[in-house]
Amino acid sequence: MAATRTKAAPADVKSASKTSDGPARGQRPAASKSAGRAPSTKSAAAKTPVLTKDQELSAYREMLLIRRFEEKAGQMYGMGLIGGFCHLYIGQEAVVVGMQMASKAGDQVITGYRDHGHMLATGMSANGVMAELTGRRGGYSRGKGGSMHMFSAEKHFFGGHGIVGAQVSLGTGLAFANRYRGNDNVSLTYFGDGAANQGQVYESFNMAALWKLPVIYIIENNRYAMGTAVTRASAQTDFSRRGLSFNIPGEQVDGMDIRETYAAGLRAMEWCRAGKGPYILEMQTYRYRGHSMSDPAKYRSKDEVQKMRTEHDPIEQVRERLLKQWQVSEDELKKIDAGVRDIVAESAEFATNDPEPDPSELWTDILK
Amino acid sequence: MPVNILMPALSPTMEKGNLAKWTKKEGDKVKPGDVIAEIETDKATMEVEAVDEGILARILVAEGTQDVAVNEVIAVLTQDGEDASAASAPAPAAKPQEPTPEAAAMRADQSAPPAAPAVMATPPSAAPQPTIAADPDVPAGTEMVTMTVREALRDAMAEEMRKDEAVFVMGEEVAEYQGAYKITQGLLQEFGARRVIDTPITEHGFAGIGVGAAFTGLKPIVEFMTFNFAMQAIDQIINSAAKTLYMSGGQMGCPIVFRGPNGAAARVAAQHSQDYSAWYSHIPGLKVVAPYTAADAKGLLKAAIRDPNPVIFLENEILYGQSFEVPKLDDFVLPIGKARIHRPGKDVTIVAWSIGMTYATKAAAELEKLGIDAEVIDLRSLRPLDTETIIASVMKTGRIVTVEEGWQQSGVGAEISARVVERAFDYLDAPPARVSGKDVPMPYAANLEKLALPSVADVIEAVKAVTYK
Repeated sequence: MAATRTKAAPADVKSASKTSDGPARGQRPAASKSAGRAPSTKSAAAKTPVLTKDQELSAYREMLLIRRFEEKAGQMYGMGLIGGFCHLYIGQEAVVVGMQMASKAGDQVITGYRDHGHMLATGMSANGVMAELTGRRGGYSRGKGGSMHMFSAEKHFFGGHGIVGAQVSLGTGLAFANRYRGNDNVSLTYFGDGAANQGQVYESFNMAALWKLPVIYIIENNRYAMGTAVTRASAQTDFSRRGLSFNIPGEQVDGMDIRETYAAGLRAMEWCRAGKGPYILEMQTYRYRGHSMSDPAKYRSKDEVQKMRTEHDPIEQVRERLLKQWQVSEDELKKIDAGVRDIVAESAEFATNDPEPDPSELWTDILK
Repeated sequence: MPVNILMPALSPTMEKGNLAKWTKKEGDKVKPGDVIAEIETDKATMEVEAVDEGILARILVAEGTQDVAVNEVIAVLTQDGEDASAASAPAPAAKPQEPTPEAAAMRADQSAPPAAPAVMATPPSAAPQPTIAADPDVPAGTEMVTMTVREALRDAMAEEMRKDEAVFVMGEEVAEYQGAYKITQGLLQEFGARRVIDTPITEHGFAGIGVGAAFTGLKPIVEFMTFNFAMQAIDQIINSAAKTLYMSGGQMGCPIVFRGPNGAAARVAAQHSQDYSAWYSHIPGLKVVAPYTAADAKGLLKAAIRDPNPVIFLENEILYGQSFEVPKLDDFVLPIGKARIHRPGKDVTIVAWSIGMTYATKAAAELEKLGIDAEVIDLRSLRPLDTETIIASVMKTGRIVTVEEGWQQSGVGAEISARVVERAFDYLDAPPARVSGKDVPMPYAANLEKLALPSVADVIEAVKAVTYK
């Protein structure tokens, strides 16, 4: 691992994909949409990519599964079946689903504690995730991890981390392992706008760029770090620029539009797989629910949330296109809805009736 | 006035070195900044520069001389017309003439503190240690070779890296510099930059990168320049490395070794002198090893690298240069979690580990003269803690003294005392006694530092107290 410096990002980084119907985040100069590249004057840059009908259908189903699963998890938390902390992903579904559509088998995923969506998107079973939420023996961690700490070696999902920002160094380590082994896997390392201010993030940026590690830093900017608005916590609110001093290119992406997240994911993965080092995607998104189940979210207006839900909902956008553009019938969509509801209902049933771990489990898995 | 040129210290712990070469000869004129000689230790080679202007009148230590004590007069500088013989006093001056750039021992400092042997905090000992009881894990009749702890650690890493492609070493200055303390000497040359990786000075970040790589099955050896700097990384060590196996229901292990010097070196003050034995040994999910001898350093580091769990490997800077007998075996691996009876005895049990063993063994030798036959246990591992060996010894002797450089409150000695009281209370003829570092941040002044650290006298006093002598 020679300490060669990465060159300044060349101008062939594809353009930003932020479109006019992205979340309203105030005026931002157009040049900042894609950091770390020569300004492009190509008008095609802003063109929204088109997905196939099958891709739209698949994205719809995947996002709906996360949405319904999280709604059920919220409900079960209210019933006292889920304990501790529970951070729901509702509103942000297009981020992880788009990235997964753009990834290939073998790519690793790691994230923080708002992680249920990532697990479902990597193909982990709803039963196993929900049973972990209820602390039962059929959970992915056999009931010993809970909402924030789940893993699947089989699906290359590396957690589920409860310490804000820790997953960024860990995810960089996954990329280090890919580089060490000489494979073409990419580490998809997710963190929020809050974690983006942690010191170890920049330590990791430095080493990832220095060693040209194949890692995509996906900053899910949902505009609030717990209750603190981005503008009150971050001196630089354009997170795509956070890697500039390390020569890491970045883009701002409309994280509510699956077409944009998918296309940005493809660009980032191409960059990483070409051995050019890390890439930053700032996904501009929004969470509809509070930070956790115990957060009444009084730091923002109901109107703000409502506006986002009605105008930018990631699932509704796909649904609209399926109905109008692809002539998919309501009945067909209802079938998908019903299938998703069945999976979620079954997971709730399983997670409610599955026994708690055997008391002997207290003493297992401490050391290998 | 003729000026004595003294053997300089390259680092806070250097006590002697070799005069490799004179680059000026008698009669040469020198001015400040001229390189006049090269000296070397097992860690580094440095040039000696003249500070004063004059004539190199006499060279008192020939080039090629080994083991020249720090502060010994090596040459005499005179002004025109002066008589050099007047200056060749044999007694060393109060401080070295030549301040030298520091030898990477402390990255925070730009110049080396002058080291005066008379006030070294820890007694020097480079000679092979006598009277070590035979290790039951070493077959009788095994050929032994003498090597330093430093060489033993390096050999352990090199052997494991030859054996397993998944093993790599990363840390500050481990590659091109050959290790801040020269523990990784030669590894870059043998294994290349892919497997011997210099990191930026970002402990939190590279510890996390190591842990992430270990999650995928690689076996990183993460070197901290000292464990003092690992406090920057302790979240990744504890929250990520130690807990993930449990939190993942056994799915995701973390086969990683965090190693480096722990505890006080010499004259580096509060921020560079802390003993983390108690901190890490508190944590379920970690193994903690703290060897004293070179043989244990080698056998246990090899075990740590092979262990599928995160292992904290606490070394000691002062022990690095000490020599011991190491078994000449193709693959010498020792079990983690097993103490070794270093010196059998019947009157009192002294439990120590790492540098604490130097106090314990010297005290035992002194106590023998007083008619007290001490059994010295070298714990070697702090987690798992070999309680059985301690209890069996206490049942025999009825008395126990623990020795550690760390602080007393919530310390390893406190834990050992509690276990002994819980499990061998009826066998005790005296309350357990603890010898430890004093409950203060480590002071810089030589006399205060000496007071802050445990001493052989402290151990003897504690043994006398528990034996009512």
